[in-house]
Amino acid sequence: MKLKILVADRQIVRPGDILAIIEDEEVESFKYLPEKHIYILKGKVYSDVIGIASISNNEVSVIPLEGTYIPRPGDLVIGVVTGIGITSWVIDIRSPYKGILNGTEVIENFNPIMHNLRDYLDVGDYILARIAAFDRSRDPILTIKGKDLGKITKGVVVEVKPSRVSRIIGKKGSMLNILTGLTHCTITVAQNGVLWISCPSDNTLNALVEAINIINRKPHMRGLTEKIKLFLMQKLERL
Amino acid sequence: MEKPVLIREDGLRHDGRKPGELRPIRMEVGVLKNSDGSAIVEYGGTKVIAAVYGPRETYPKHLILPDRAIIRCRYHMSPFSTSERKSPAPSRREIELSKVIREALEAVVFTELFPRTTIDIFIEVLQADGGTRTAGLTAASLALADAGIPMRDLVAGVAVGKVDGVLVLDIDEVEDEYGEADMPVGYAAGIDEIVLLQLNGVMTKDEVLEGIKLAKKGAEHIYKVMKETLYKKYLKALES
Repeated sequence: MKLKILVADRQIVRPGDILAIIEDEEVESFKYLPEKHIYILKGKVYSDVIGIASISNNEVSVIPLEGTYIPRPGDLVIGVVTGIGITSWVIDIRSPYKGILNGTEVIENFNPIMHNLRDYLDVGDYILARIAAFDRSRDPILTIKGKDLGKITKGVVVEVKPSRVSRIIGKKGSMLNILTGLTHCTITVAQNGVLWISCPSDNTLNALVEAINIINRKPHMRGLTEKIKLFLMQKLERL
Repeated sequence: MEKPVLIREDGLRHDGRKPGELRPIRMEVGVLKNSDGSAIVEYGGTKVIAAVYGPRETYPKHLILPDRAIIRCRYHMSPFSTSERKSPAPSRREIELSKVIREALEAVVFTELFPRTTIDIFIEVLQADGGTRTAGLTAASLALADAGIPMRDLVAGVAVGKVDGVLVLDIDEVEDEYGEADMPVGYAAGIDEIVLLQLNGVMTKDEVLEGIKLAKKGAEHIYKVMKETLYKKYLKALES
């Protein structure tokens, strides 16, 4: 498929904007590519969300600027236990679909008669988990089998908009490197827009949370990485 | 009240507009903090605010659709939006308008991406001066885009009326009350689709076809303003 691309890389596009024209084939039928946030209609490629166009290897896609978190298998998420059943916990992962964590994930030789789930994880507990399976027809299944996964017992949990996650990590982790390098905190970024932070002192923690709030509020600011670096250096020097 | 002069001798309308001219338009997105997406739209004296929530979990559970999201839309006129107090209870008219706006938006939103969820749209008329359903549709579509909900295109709403035998664009309250016909049109300009079409009054076949042409022209202008509004929000954010 040969494309004549009409937008520049990193240009802001809106729903219904024409991104490209298909030159070589006659595509009459409607085709939707939800992963790339584009659809094809009458030989033209359109955007379906407000976002930033991304062009690579003569292919065009859109990175959305807003939106709720939709789970994908393999995603790292931080959730809160909101309900307890007989064999599973219900986890709020800040998505329209609530996460399910089965008792067998946590307890060896799980037997609903022997074990009471409330003794292991209670309502209000935060957990770091991975999405094991999800296909939108059923609620996502979580797993806590893996390195560092499980109940969060110390540190602070900060929430940002899910669409800000890529900004907090930055290009090749540049933003995250600044955040962790300057403050000596450990930050775990979950895909659903929840950050788990543990810091050596309360002062660095406050500075870090302030910096994260700036990113949450003004994610598209030019030179944001530099400004955050400056902000953190100023804050930490004063201490 | 006596019928006012709707088309003056010089061919202009009672407020000095040409027949094919829109009222001054103002739009802004992201005006409400608590919602996922929001927009305020003004067509002259008509002011409408819209808020979008979702996709989120569906309550009550029996409404769930296994293959797509449900869209719930509430069009409501504030008690203070009209010159005489309007009862805040949803009227027959408001329930109907909620339905037609919902159906217009269902035609563009990719609801099948979010099965078993809900997208809630609230449209509140702050001040009514004719064309509230079309302004509401415009605001709702902007708010959906602001919420980052995947949709095929933005929808611009505009009404065409027939007053004193002349087809006019974007009719206001006076023209609606004393004119012969009112035809609201919802138009997705980017993909050339009409998603809402109603007609109240009497028009000939030719007038309807002519009216749709006029409405498309008006909607295309509004559509451009909508796109600029969305663009500006992020441009501002880029430079601040």
